[in-house]
Amino acid sequence: MAVTVTIPTALRQYAGGNASVTLAPGSVGQILAALTEQYPQLGKHLYNEQGALRSFVNIYVGDEDIRHLQGIETPVPDGETVSIIPAIAGGARS
Amino acid sequence: MISRTLEERIDRRSTLVELVGNTPLLRLTRIDPDLPPEVAVYAKAEWYNPGGSVKDRPALWMIRDGERRGLLRPGVRIADATSGNTGIAYATLGAALGYQVTLALPANASPERLRILRSLGAELVLTDPLEGMDAAIRRIRALVQEHPERYFYPDQYNNPANPRAHEESTGPEIWVQTGGQVTHFVAALGTSGTFMGTGRFLRAQNPDVRLFAVQPDGPYHALEGVKHMATTALVPGIYDPTLADGIIEVRSEDAFAMARHLARTEGLMVGVSAAANVVAALRIARELRRGVVVTILCDGAAKYLSDRFWDDGDGRDGEGI
Repeated sequence: MAVTVTIPTALRQYAGGNASVTLAPGSVGQILAALTEQYPQLGKHLYNEQGALRSFVNIYVGDEDIRHLQGIETPVPDGETVSIIPAIAGGARS
Repeated sequence: MISRTLEERIDRRSTLVELVGNTPLLRLTRIDPDLPPEVAVYAKAEWYNPGGSVKDRPALWMIRDGERRGLLRPGVRIADATSGNTGIAYATLGAALGYQVTLALPANASPERLRILRSLGAELVLTDPLEGMDAAIRRIRALVQEHPERYFYPDQYNNPANPRAHEESTGPEIWVQTGGQVTHFVAALGTSGTFMGTGRFLRAQNPDVRLFAVQPDGPYHALEGVKHMATTALVPGIYDPTLADGIIEVRSEDAFAMARHLARTEGLMVGVSAAANVVAALRIARELRRGVVVTILCDGAAKYLSDRFWDDGDGRDGEGI
């Protein structure tokens, strides 16, 4: 029972150099909480002072932006991939 | 303005290439009413360039340099890795000068961006979004290595003609437009060409001019075209870290708020990196009792209109920036 979280190049230095991390299934919020618990340095890059995802952080479940799903409540089933996409390079905009 | 006749004021530039540079220097008069009266903040309106951004300057200088060195000639394609304004500058100038253009860029580039580049006739090679610009750079280098005779690779990160464009145009324009009164220059680092070239020119005119480089608060940010020099794997060869008197870090959220604030208080619709430059310029200006602070409005807002941040304001825009 596992999901894969892919880490963009810019953030790998805060995630032990890993391009991807394997975590237990759950909601996007739960998975990102587990990720930042494992790699605390990632936290300030993803969350603002209020503890919400920073407005320009792009999270995808499979090929879909979570803004078009249920946000951080989006369930991530076993075997699915959560991607943190760079905010720019054109940026995944919607 | 009655001091000059229409005859004297009329702009006689008639080709697209002649329109590169000589942009207006705007005084930001309403952005911060609390600034001391003897502190002025000015910004170069770079969207007046024909390709819509400051990048027309280095693109033109690198193209002309390539021609002079015989690397770029009819039938040779201009090839580079760029998701943004430099690509639009190559495509614009390439079309006007009769050169074809090939660009590598991450596949998550905005639809406006892709449409502009394709409309200008550029050939696009799309790379993995997760890998950011690094994958695009590697792809274009491989392509050029495979067929060196087909391509001219300007390599804006390492081409001295990039900062030279600013040493020979942006810097002298700012010097003349401020009557030699500029005391502070503030600009974000991407390739670092704008900061290096303009900074070097201004410092050569007046060693007391202070130079401040703008940086995002981390490597994962939304400041289009800006590079986090402390962590990037690919530090531009043209970057000299000893030139700046200081580094000013700007959060992406503060740049978003400033973009909204500039629109409402100055009537200026600018891009995110331009807004970041203004955040930094104001931070400097607020510390002064007198001075002339100059920064760069890298581009206008047209390419960013589908960004969500324009809607994020809650009526308190301008607070905290």
